[in-house]
Amino acid sequence: MSVLLQLDQVTMCFGGLTAVGEVSATVNEHELVGLIGPNGAGKTTVFNLVTGVYQPTGGKISFAGQPNAGLKAYQLTQRGIARTFQNIRLFPSLTVFDNVRVAFHLHLKHDAAHSLTRGPKFQREETELRERTRELLSIFNLERVQDEPAKSLPYGDQRRLEIIRALATQPRLLLLDEPAAGMNPSEKQELMKLIQFIQQKFRLAILLVEHDMKVVMGICQRIHVLEYGRKIAEGTPAEIRACPAVIAAYLGQETQPNPA
Amino acid sequence: MLPKSQCWLLVALALAGVAAAGSGRVDSYVLDVVMGAGLNIILAVSLNLINGFTGQFSLGHAGFMAVGAYTSALLTTVYQKPFGALFGNQPWLILPIALLAAGLVAAVAGLLVGAPSLRLRGDYLAIVTLGFGEIIKVILQNVEILGGALGLNGIPTPLSRGWATPILFFNLGIAILTIYSVWALVNSTFGRGFLAVADDEVAAEAMGLNATRYKITAFVVGSFFAGIAGGLYGNLKGSITPTGFDFSKSIEIVVMVILGGMGRHVGVILAAILLTVIQEPLRKLGDWRMILYALLLIGLMLTRPQGLFIWPLWKRRTV
Repeated sequence: MSVLLQLDQVTMCFGGLTAVGEVSATVNEHELVGLIGPNGAGKTTVFNLVTGVYQPTGGKISFAGQPNAGLKAYQLTQRGIARTFQNIRLFPSLTVFDNVRVAFHLHLKHDAAHSLTRGPKFQREETELRERTRELLSIFNLERVQDEPAKSLPYGDQRRLEIIRALATQPRLLLLDEPAAGMNPSEKQELMKLIQFIQQKFRLAILLVEHDMKVVMGICQRIHVLEYGRKIAEGTPAEIRACPAVIAAYLGQETQPNPA
Repeated sequence: MLPKSQCWLLVALALAGVAAAGSGRVDSYVLDVVMGAGLNIILAVSLNLINGFTGQFSLGHAGFMAVGAYTSALLTTVYQKPFGALFGNQPWLILPIALLAAGLVAAVAGLLVGAPSLRLRGDYLAIVTLGFGEIIKVILQNVEILGGALGLNGIPTPLSRGWATPILFFNLGIAILTIYSVWALVNSTFGRGFLAVADDEVAAEAMGLNATRYKITAFVVGSFFAGIAGGLYGNLKGSITPTGFDFSKSIEIVVMVILGGMGRHVGVILAAILLTVIQEPLRKLGDWRMILYALLLIGLMLTRPQGLFIWPLWKRRTV
């Protein structure tokens, strides 16, 4: 399996605070990788580094063999990195349909001038995109609400819509930031199935940040663990579960009484 | 192609024009009001692209209008000879070309102001554009060739040639062109990006949309039409002064957009017409007019902050 995303000694400092320190990690093509760690471990910062929201203060990130340095968020999306947000960030006033349609924009050949002249090429492309949007929505059973504004959807559907919107950019790597947050156990079950389904169906690599251990352990092929911005472990779910450093990070270490 | 409500509105506008023209001698007062409405439609609809659809709060629309007005006025007065000779001294050709030049110069001004300041958001952008409007006004007041505080006078107007009917259609035609342009720009997969940027810039960038490019496009297109409106204004009135394009004019246009409903096509057009017409009966009140106008606005904002012309029926739809 070839490496798709590579983090090499990546460091991010905010003033005197090192949010992420010398983290090295990889995500392979078509792999489902988990990124876990206690609150404040730097998981979302890693996401923001990978997606170009921040530029790392040290180290290198490369995607599909190309360095990411200096690229803006939208350029990285164009190269095939899509993401969802920890606190849902849909386009609330746009319809469900338009939320997805606008994400197809990347693969559009027409621009402002074509929108004005509305020639046959423009019409053909619009029809095709509308068809593809509908298709994508129907895979996830959201076509019945396609004309509703995104903000009127129930919470679970908003989460799913955000994932669908990310898929519309046709990524090679999808980053999911705590998709199970705020979901009840049955919704979490659904979500696990959904994530696996997406990975199979769209043949992409997924990097998953999640607090819910059931979800992470249940579907990830490999897991990276962060604590205080440092990577403390990496391995299969079984290995991580048995790793003393990880257990200590989550449950705390038993302090030995001083034999005085 | 256009949504139904908008088609009807365009038809109504055209009919109003035809009726006015068909009544033989057009009453010059009515003509003045209709032309004023046409100008305000151009201004409000173009500002709606920036403030409404793209969510960038600009307070400098009158500044771009001024740039256009002075461009076209210069071309038809001070540089009348070389400019006129260039187009064979054909008055019917000179006006549209002067207006086009007005729009283009205003668009360049929009690019120059927009490119550095559009990284600012919300209130900050409002202040920068406000400053731009003031700078333009001060420059106009102090540059001799632009007439200083007296402005430019003696701009040849088509009305003085007795071209009332053609110029009416011309004016409404440009209004319709503006409406179409903004509508067409926004109603496409590309154009939904404007609304996406307005809703959530970070998410828009994460979806691969170049937010800066969208904002600059909106700014440039909006300024272009503001410039044309300015040129048209000067060529209808025959004279322009810097104070005609001050802060209160910008506010007036913003009010139209807000009353019509930010990012709504039909509402903004209706608000532009309403606010033009409503000035007329209020004129009798003299100085009390502005107070009443302000009270009216406060009342409207308290009762219908989402805009006057928003009904559940008129949902934004998937076109």
